[in-house]
Amino acid sequence: MSVSDKRDFTVVNHRVEKIDALALACGTAQFTDDVDIRGLLVGRILFSPHAHARIRKIDTAAAKKVPGVLAVLTHEDLPRVRHTTAGQGYPEPSPYDTLVLSEKARYVGDRIAAVAAETAEAAEEALSKIKVDYKVLPAVFDTMEAIQKGAPVIHDEDDSKNIPDAARNICAKFDFEVKESEWFSEADVVIDQWYKTQWAQHCALEPHVTITYIDGDGRLVIRTSTQVPFHCRRITARVLQRPLKSIRVIKPRIGGGFGSKQEVLLEPVCAALTLATRRPVKFELSRKETFVSSRTRHPFVIRLKTGARKDGIITDAHMEVYCDNGAYGAHSLTVMMCSGSHTLPMYQAKNSRFIGRSVYTNLPVGGAYRGFGATQGFFAWESQMDMMAEKIGMDPLDFRRKNYIRSGEGSPVFKAMGEGREGIEQKIGSCGMDECIVKGMEAFGWHEKKQRNRNQTGVKRRGLGCACLMQGSGIPEVDMAAASIKMNEDGSFNLHMGATDLGTGSDTVLAQIAAEVLGVTVKDIIVLSSDTDLTPFDVGAYASSTTFISGNAVKKAALHAREQIVKVAARILDEEPEGVDLRDGKAVGKSGRSCALSEVANTAFYYHDQHQIMGVASHTAASSPPPFAAHFAEVEVDIETGQVTVLGYVSTVDCGTAINPTLAEGQNDGAVLNGLSFALTEEMRFNSAGAMVNSSFRNYKIYSAGDAPPFKTILIPTYEPDGPFGAKSVSEIGINGPQPAIANAVYDAIGVRLFSPPFTPEKVLAALEAKKEGKVLAGAR
Amino acid sequence: MAKTKGRGVLKTVEGRISIRLDINGKDQAWKVEPGEYLLDALRREGYKGAKRGCDNGDCGTCTILVDGKPALACMMFAAQAHGRRLTTIEGLGTTDRPHPIQQAFVETGAVQCGFCIPGMVLATKALLDEDPDPDEKAVRRALDGNLCRCTGYVKQVEAALLAAKKLQGGKAS
Repeated sequence: MSVSDKRDFTVVNHRVEKIDALALACGTAQFTDDVDIRGLLVGRILFSPHAHARIRKIDTAAAKKVPGVLAVLTHEDLPRVRHTTAGQGYPEPSPYDTLVLSEKARYVGDRIAAVAAETAEAAEEALSKIKVDYKVLPAVFDTMEAIQKGAPVIHDEDDSKNIPDAARNICAKFDFEVKESEWFSEADVVIDQWYKTQWAQHCALEPHVTITYIDGDGRLVIRTSTQVPFHCRRITARVLQRPLKSIRVIKPRIGGGFGSKQEVLLEPVCAALTLATRRPVKFELSRKETFVSSRTRHPFVIRLKTGARKDGIITDAHMEVYCDNGAYGAHSLTVMMCSGSHTLPMYQAKNSRFIGRSVYTNLPVGGAYRGFGATQGFFAWESQMDMMAEKIGMDPLDFRRKNYIRSGEGSPVFKAMGEGREGIEQKIGSCGMDECIVKGMEAFGWHEKKQRNRNQTGVKRRGLGCACLMQGSGIPEVDMAAASIKMNEDGSFNLHMGATDLGTGSDTVLAQIAAEVLGVTVKDIIVLSSDTDLTPFDVGAYASSTTFISGNAVKKAALHAREQIVKVAARILDEEPEGVDLRDGKAVGKSGRSCALSEVANTAFYYHDQHQIMGVASHTAASSPPPFAAHFAEVEVDIETGQVTVLGYVSTVDCGTAINPTLAEGQNDGAVLNGLSFALTEEMRFNSAGAMVNSSFRNYKIYSAGDAPPFKTILIPTYEPDGPFGAKSVSEIGINGPQPAIANAVYDAIGVRLFSPPFTPEKVLAALEAKKEGKVLAGAR
Repeated sequence: MAKTKGRGVLKTVEGRISIRLDINGKDQAWKVEPGEYLLDALRREGYKGAKRGCDNGDCGTCTILVDGKPALACMMFAAQAHGRRLTTIEGLGTTDRPHPIQQAFVETGAVQCGFCIPGMVLATKALLDEDPDPDEKAVRRALDGNLCRCTGYVKQVEAALLAAKKLQGGKAS
């Protein structure tokens, strides 16, 4: 078996320690702000206090006079370049509707002016002295109201691009239908239900932070907490109208992103202030500013009308989504489409229809967030699956098992819906769903718990719920990753790649892939990621692409280097290259004779046919193999207080070969806990003027170690033929499960169904009350 | 001049306050601004392991030990550190000679992005100094003020329990 297809791994699939963990645990690893730069100025932004207002005039004269203030910028001082902040492949499938500093306030938190000053105090004083003459306009805060005729038009400028229907506040639309028979003609039961998901935020512990300066050669350096260094360079160059080659983006250690740092938010404004002052400038959003003025998870209003036969076959799936994008259209088309493209192929309905609209409102801006639309879509789908199962009188897990997509099967949805454009045809190459369900039920004790929970009386009632999930692995034929590997005299290797470790452990996972190919340990791989001057291109860390796409690029680059090593070693060992294997840091010939890799490197450097052994490779994927997962929740609902408590939670996930099982479990653990608080507590709330009212960790509740219920991740190994050493993605899928699994468990416990998370005690009590009064339970509408 | 109870009188020179404090076993003399927060002063003096996650006392990423007890550097004035004994992550162990708690965090896979980890490690240190053999509940209580968005706390709780074992083993040998 060639090294490319090997299954008896020595580094891959091992619980290797994360290569940067020790430096992080010792506090020596450097994040963006962990450097001292002489003469660093403080950058601050003036945010709009109005949800919707035209700016008649901005007077910055008094602000400029504040001692210590070096620059005050407004939209009048910057090139008027409409762009999207979404860090996506070029051309970005998001409308170009944004200016670095806005000419019109479109939400409370919109960016109106920027200041650079010697001290934070001077910067704050300058902000207070900027006089903005606003003409306040009527605002719209409701997704469905915003698309009605007569609603305030949020983007009425004439220089925006790619807004499908600005007059109706529609910033993206996509429709698709496949039909094999008359709609609902074969269905024995039909359920037509509306769902509504909430505003939520990523809450990476490190806030958005950027430092810019001009280096000794006059080039602009951007040191920034980003998931997308190369998109950041391209977008910043374009909006500031600077040559791309004059900009260098450095990504240091990143304190989490979860999608929020796939946005190019601070870099252009920080760079503009550096260009204006010729001084280094730092922007660091406060937690409140991060809540109010960075990015959110798009709230969705979803209508799902589905049909099924009595024998458990799903016949029809009509999915209608309204994705609230807030004031700007970042990721409007792609997140909206992924709510369907990641859910509809899961269960194979003969008739499938997707109607998607993304909508502007005068609220904070939606952006990429772990799960990326699939989270919202699966809340609706997996709630609906339980409702359908009940209606046809089938066990909810048996019903899912009858319908989910199998290995070898395709779906017309894969071809029809990509991310922002047509997708690609693909057949499932690996699917561990059945084992996910079986192993999950076993570990959870599904049947025992079901038995135990029968005939409950009392104030506290227990219930069980499940959810089955899928996601993708990168964006096929769009995402590209590249890597280079160069060999050193001691047999170590420099692995340079654009792939962006934002805390996920991708540096480690990718080093493991390289080490497996080269027959060394991760300690022999020196990783550099990412620096636009030094590392090859990579689209960045998003869409669950890194292990799958960057991993394939690294594997190819390592194979390329390996070929060269083997050639040199064959000469040293006086054997044919085909018989030479690399293992334990040595090249081993067929005869059993071996030489150290350091000897190979030294031979190439100094003695014979002198050259640098170096592998380079790029990768784009022709498929996006879905990982699969099954989640199981037990809740206890207090029918007097409405409190929902999660008693236990098990999630199983098929991510192919887990390149690093510890890190894969960690990804899933983090995603699941985020999903649990997204189900029960997290919600950005706004007052009647559109201002966020809970913009702190204290008031926007994310779970702490004490809040976290007992939960467990179980990896289900499969082998994905298209993945590096059989791997698929793992980072996003886990967040999709808790909302529907808990909603299903609440229904099992108390017989009421909740259609709009978070499932707060107030909502539970209201639903119980409605049930008591015999009212039909209302959905989102 | 400001008085700090039992720790002498603070001197002000040209609007700045002179303080003396012990950081990681070293005696230091600092000049700080009257309204300056300890987190800003620490980071300015090179103790970058204390992180700024919220500046509001909610997240725990700036956790240090003051006289052995966990404290939030973003909620203390720098002047309040006068006469105190501070331990920052830099004082615990180094990459060459990590503290068993740091080692435990690495071994269990408890470090993802790592932004919360210095605070988390120090909170663990304070716990284990007081209770060398905590159960999971005690660990969760001790780490409750240190938010993490990456890990779900699963492996961090494991890390703290492993660290307890390592430290007890150390004492026994």
